[in-house]
Amino acid sequence: MNDKTKIKILVVEDDPDMMEQMKVYLESESYEVVAASTQKEAEPIIRPGAFSAAVLDLMMENPDSGFVLSHKIKKMDPKIPVVIVTSVTKETGFYFDKAHDPKAWIKADAIIHKELRFEQLKAELRRLLGAGGGHE
Amino acid sequence: MNDDPLPVHQLDVLIVDDEAGMRAGAERSLEGFSVPLPEFSETVTFAVRSAATGEEALAQLKAKTPDILLLDYKLPDMTGIDVLAASSSGDFLTIMITAFASLEVAVTATKRGAFDFLAKPFTPEELRATISKAARSIYLHRKARRLEEEKRQVRFEFISVLAHELKSPLAAVEGYMHLMKERMKGPELEAYDSMIERSVTRIGGMRKLVMDLLDLTRLESGKKKRALEPVDLVKAAGLAAEAVASLAEAKKVAVEVKVPAGLAMTADPGEVDMILSNLLTNAVKYNKPGGRATLELERAGGSVAIRCTDTGIGMTEEELAKLFGEFVRMKNEHTRNIDGSGLGLSILKKVVKLYGGEVKVRSKYGEGTTFELTLKDAPVPATVEAAR
Repeated sequence: MNDKTKIKILVVEDDPDMMEQMKVYLESESYEVVAASTQKEAEPIIRPGAFSAAVLDLMMENPDSGFVLSHKIKKMDPKIPVVIVTSVTKETGFYFDKAHDPKAWIKADAIIHKELRFEQLKAELRRLLGAGGGHE
Repeated sequence: MNDDPLPVHQLDVLIVDDEAGMRAGAERSLEGFSVPLPEFSETVTFAVRSAATGEEALAQLKAKTPDILLLDYKLPDMTGIDVLAASSSGDFLTIMITAFASLEVAVTATKRGAFDFLAKPFTPEELRATISKAARSIYLHRKARRLEEEKRQVRFEFISVLAHELKSPLAAVEGYMHLMKERMKGPELEAYDSMIERSVTRIGGMRKLVMDLLDLTRLESGKKKRALEPVDLVKAAGLAAEAVASLAEAKKVAVEVKVPAGLAMTADPGEVDMILSNLLTNAVKYNKPGGRATLELERAGGSVAIRCTDTGIGMTEEELAKLFGEFVRMKNEHTRNIDGSGLGLSILKKVVKLYGGEVKVRSKYGEGTTFELTLKDAPVPATVEAAR
């Protein structure tokens, strides 16, 4: 596949092992990964056309890094799908459930709880970027 | 006793006696009586209820558990022992009142949990003295229970942090194994080199954590066997420097050791190595390329003073304040790629304490950190003394 046709995905993750594994999986699905390991590193990447979807770790240098980045991405282009990956729910018993409709305030399209199953991430991205997504 | 024992000012006393005069007398004796308990920063007063028969007593006990039960042995419908046997909750302190203080009654009552005895007839002073003793005992029990609860809480937190610390390397290694199993990078083994290397590193980190944890539990339980002997500090410092040499080379940090010739102390060689290696490893790990780590030892009266200085990344005031906590690892852009169990300084502090010393830290963000500590010679065992 030619690089120009590859869908670019911004992955922001501070755990180097998690990042590496996510990269391998997404690249095997023919996505191109734009990587950033901190909120600070990711912020300048948020530009129109830089990526078509984003996968964000929630807690990085700030406990709400993922939310902040998601907010910025959605402000730039609300059509870009954002998936937030977090283990917060498990560790704090703090749930973002449907009843509270997380999308309303977090502005992410999906929240995946760690331990992340890559199959699940793949499925979410396909769904979000799929037929209806039609971004780019 | 209720679940939340603090602060209680008034203890509930139930008097069970078939003689109205006794009940009234006891109530009068305790009315306005107070017991100061300065060690618990409280003064205790008493609210008194009474019952004339065993049945009445049981009904009152069922309605509300008192703190102290003053129980006559000889009641019209049953004995005091029967009352104790029939009451389901034993969570009160019982003082038996008996006219004939027979040994048999005493033994049975004690088996049933009686705390003390009052022989009839008793003076108001005797009653008050017995009640004071009971109040003090109640407070001591509550304090012990509270301490136990706190201990349980600390243990629980420690275990949950530990579980988390082990979970993340496990998840990383598991993830790499899956990638390899699926041959995600094709059939060539070389393609997986970095994954294998990362897996080995993360497993090494887990191993270090488990070893540190064992050290820490041995230190805390006091079960670590100590072998005290004269330790050649020149040699010990040299060994510690050797141990960090490869790490220092990789990080391009110069390591310098300054120890006056012949410096020695009485100590456990393993503990000395733990201290010196820990200091030097940190000084190298949290350094900058081209930096320097200096370990200096000198005799200061009955102690050995140790100073370890680095020209590293340093810490902010905020970071310094939480430095010695268990599993505390400074998370910032400089430390992101530095591995550690988060137990090193907890261990250091505990070992240094064995030598009557404490660890002092000075640090300047971006410039470096200095650890200073003094170790007193361990008490010399007779055999070593004789060998000198």
